[in-house]
Amino acid sequence: MWELGAVIPYPGNSEEYKTGNWRTFKPVLHTDKCINCMICFMVCPDSCIIVENGKMIGFDYDHCKGCGLCAYECPKDAIEMIKERG
Amino acid sequence: MAIILFKNRTVRPLTGNFAVSEAMRQINPDVVAAYPITPQTEIMQIFSSFVSNGYVDSELITAESEHSALSACVGAAVSGARAMTATAGPGLALMWEILGIASGMRAPMVLQLVNRALSAPINIHCDHSDAMGARDQGWIQVFAEDAQEAYDHLIQSVKVAEKVYLPVMSCMDGFIVSHAIDRVSLLADEEVREFVGEYKYPYSMLSKTVTHGAIAMTDSYFEFKHQQRLAMDEVKKAVEEVSKEYKELLESQGNLKDWEIEKRVLKFVEPYKIEDAEIVLVAMGSAAGTIKYVIDKLREEGKKVGLLKIKIFRPFPYEEVSKYLENAKILGILDRAETFGGKGGPLLSEIITALYLKGIHKPIRNFIYGLGGRDFNINHVKEVINTLERTLKGENTPFLSYINLRKDYLDTLQK
Repeated sequence: MWELGAVIPYPGNSEEYKTGNWRTFKPVLHTDKCINCMICFMVCPDSCIIVENGKMIGFDYDHCKGCGLCAYECPKDAIEMIKERG
Repeated sequence: MAIILFKNRTVRPLTGNFAVSEAMRQINPDVVAAYPITPQTEIMQIFSSFVSNGYVDSELITAESEHSALSACVGAAVSGARAMTATAGPGLALMWEILGIASGMRAPMVLQLVNRALSAPINIHCDHSDAMGARDQGWIQVFAEDAQEAYDHLIQSVKVAEKVYLPVMSCMDGFIVSHAIDRVSLLADEEVREFVGEYKYPYSMLSKTVTHGAIAMTDSYFEFKHQQRLAMDEVKKAVEEVSKEYKELLESQGNLKDWEIEKRVLKFVEPYKIEDAEIVLVAMGSAAGTIKYVIDKLREEGKKVGLLKIKIFRPFPYEEVSKYLENAKILGILDRAETFGGKGGPLLSEIITALYLKGIHKPIRNFIYGLGGRDFNINHVKEVINTLERTLKGENTPFLSYINLRKDYLDTLQK
């Protein structure tokens, strides 16, 4: 961790930097409203929309900074931004 | 492969700029990125002719600004290339952001600074404001008295930088050293190349996949700054090792005098006739030469005057300084830079710190001289020494004074 000059001596390390605690608002998925159009997947700047078998199943809260783009763009209001506690 | 020009050692009449260019040619760095600015322009002009003539293998990048030039050097250094640049005054000011990036990324490189005043008013002549503005940016700072020292400092700086992974700013006074022709003794090309050796950087981007310049927030930035402090603590040992090696190299042909060798090896301080001195001046750069001349004259009259020349300002040699200044009755600190709103110049603060750390308290006067290239000749040195003599005799003298201010200006203050 403490290499000279803050060098990270291996590739693919940005995932290890957890940015989830930057969040003030947290996106919450209402699966009953979601039509899996994947607009949230396209607009998320941090690749935090988790997709499995063609379906949007939730968020990567370790890296989601809570920007709210997904909720804003969702055509079905299936994503709600709720305030983080503490 | 670079062409060998000097198979043997040689003595030449060279300007400071030419001497530094010769050092750069002999070092044969991988990458040189620079932007022209007076009084540094000549260095790059000469060096670019070396590149065109195939005397060096260096990749010369003519950047669009000093900010870009130093950025290119940082990129080159962390790619595993030996990088060098040169600038002066306002050019260094424009590099300021990247200075911290170079030291923070622990990119070893050498920057030849040709000291020039900062604007405004715009001025191309010598003072140390540029270097002093950058003194807290994590660079090692070395000051040369003449062209010979500038040449030797540059060669040794390369090795020091690469030992501690810190960038070095090798300074010489603009015009006074950079443009005046001096007798310069050069090493043979192969001696220099062998001395600097091959640059090996452990995190070269060309040899493995690494991340340089990553973000470090509240969780880790602090620790990396602490590492830089520890690295600065290592500089003393690195300088000792490099200068020992350089001394052996100089001695190897057996035709140099001892004093010549002593003057050419990299050191933190150079004491001059200081052992029994009651009045001791402290100075950096070309003024030291003028002061030595005056000291010799005054010694003939039996006056006990000495000089402590500071060669390495960062990291500052607190222990050596207090050791040499311990026995003086009064100190005159000469600053070629201002700290507006401070008690005196930057050198004064360091000297006072050095004395405080040893519990030494003695009369001290600060003299600001030579800003914007204002002449500082033997009469001004005598004026300084005279002020110190009068202070010793109990006369009230100002703590800080400007040397060689114009009379017509002083008259306006009287009104």
